[in-house]
Amino acid sequence: MMNLLQQLGRSGLNFFERLGRGHLFLFYVLSVSPGMFIRFRLLLQQMFSVGVRSLLIIAVAGLFVGMVLGLQGYNTLIDFGAEESLGVMVALSLVQELGPVLTAILFAARAGTSLTAEIGLMKATEQLSGMEMMAVDPLQRVIAPRLWAGFISVPLLAAIFSVAGVFGGYFVGVGLLGVDAGAFWSQIQSRVDFYDDVVGGIIKSVVFGFVASWIALFEGYDAVPTAEGVSRATTRTVVHTALAVLGLDVVMTALMFG
Amino acid sequence: MSVTDSGDVLVRIRGLTFRRGNRMIFDGVDLDIHRGRITAIMGPSGTGKTTLLKLIGGQLRPLSGTIEVDGENVAQLSRSKLFQLRKRMGMLFQSGALLTDLNVYDNVAFPIREHTKLPEQLIHDLVLMKLEAVGLRGARELMPAELSGGMARRVALARAIALDPMMIMYDEPFTGQDPISMGVLVQLIDKINKALAVTSVVVSHDVAETAAIADYIYVISNGKVVGHGSPDDLDRSGSEWVQQFMKGLPDGPVPFHYPAGDYAEDLLAGAVQ
Repeated sequence: MMNLLQQLGRSGLNFFERLGRGHLFLFYVLSVSPGMFIRFRLLLQQMFSVGVRSLLIIAVAGLFVGMVLGLQGYNTLIDFGAEESLGVMVALSLVQELGPVLTAILFAARAGTSLTAEIGLMKATEQLSGMEMMAVDPLQRVIAPRLWAGFISVPLLAAIFSVAGVFGGYFVGVGLLGVDAGAFWSQIQSRVDFYDDVVGGIIKSVVFGFVASWIALFEGYDAVPTAEGVSRATTRTVVHTALAVLGLDVVMTALMFG
Repeated sequence: MSVTDSGDVLVRIRGLTFRRGNRMIFDGVDLDIHRGRITAIMGPSGTGKTTLLKLIGGQLRPLSGTIEVDGENVAQLSRSKLFQLRKRMGMLFQSGALLTDLNVYDNVAFPIREHTKLPEQLIHDLVLMKLEAVGLRGARELMPAELSGGMARRVALARAIALDPMMIMYDEPFTGQDPISMGVLVQLIDKINKALAVTSVVVSHDVAETAAIADYIYVISNGKVVGHGSPDDLDRSGSEWVQQFMKGLPDGPVPFHYPAGDYAEDLLAGAVQ
């Protein structure tokens, strides 16, 4: 019993210690970020690396999710004779929920893991120490551009995910199941409100993008500098990002749409 | 007293203590590194030689004691002042620590581009001069993954001297090198020290190579300086410990056997405890 309590206490202390380190890390990266913006090229390079290179998986995943929504939505709506509302159902599901959430999780899997592994390996091969000894701050030179690149890229990727999803739903609903094309688009136009629905989704994806990038970079920076340590950190990136995004989604949905 | 008493001191360490967890790495170490000389810090693996370089470079802070580099107490410097000081220090890491996404040329150009606003043409000339000094001008297009261990360290050396530092710290420069690479590195450290009139600190446990170029050697063990002097002084040292280390004797103050109970009793106890 005492052992269990001790273990619980130790785990709790470790958790809060890491949480504290993670926040200090974020605070420092944010404080050195203005210097990074002077060298815009570094940010552009990272936006290409984490954003543009994630485009394909995001667009294809969005298309598939939209197609599934179209198929499932049609089967449910047709029972009520409301299949013409398929467009708005697909669009609202994507813009408010699935777009931001799935984009952030896919971003963690595609770009977050590579950020963690890259930073972890840079630490293991003393590249970060080497930079420090060359009087170059790795948090400003390496971490900050990646954090802001993720922060900017995820909302854009989420928008692309949602657009691809709507086209997926259109393809299945209109192209295969015979829903009227005019009704599909006009229902979206009349019932998806920019301020109430789209802005809410954008806010979510901005928060998720920031959290996903922060977790990926911190896990890499805090990784034990060995092959096993980097491997564990990469796993933690996906697990922690998925949990954080889903947990935040509950809170934000309750606040914005509840 | 384990310090030298004359000359112009660039790095002055007094009463240094440093601990990792429960393990005391340094316990009251006093040490002087003189300008323009090659000073070697030697000792068995795990004695904290690399830690000492990190303490001098301000990457770690001592538990107590002072480390002064060029008159500045490293542990008390603000981050910006520490970075100013580091611009005048070069460090050669054991792994080379080259940036793996940049080629040889860009690795050497990295500190110049970061800290100066020199035109690209001038950077080009400077980089080629540094690479020529280490014999790798022809390898400037190669990526770090295409370099041998010895070549990677030579590129790292070119990068370390890119900003013409006052001091270069070498962390185990000879470890894992073939005899030719080792010979090249020994010669380079010596030549660069003389040609650039820099202060060199070489951390190593390769006795013959280090003693061949060092002007002064500190031998560290169990957190203390156990011997110091010129290579010849240490060769004649009365300390059993220093003799064992310098001559690579298998047994002595550092025993061959890990501490264990009575051998016969162990055997008679059988396999089942």
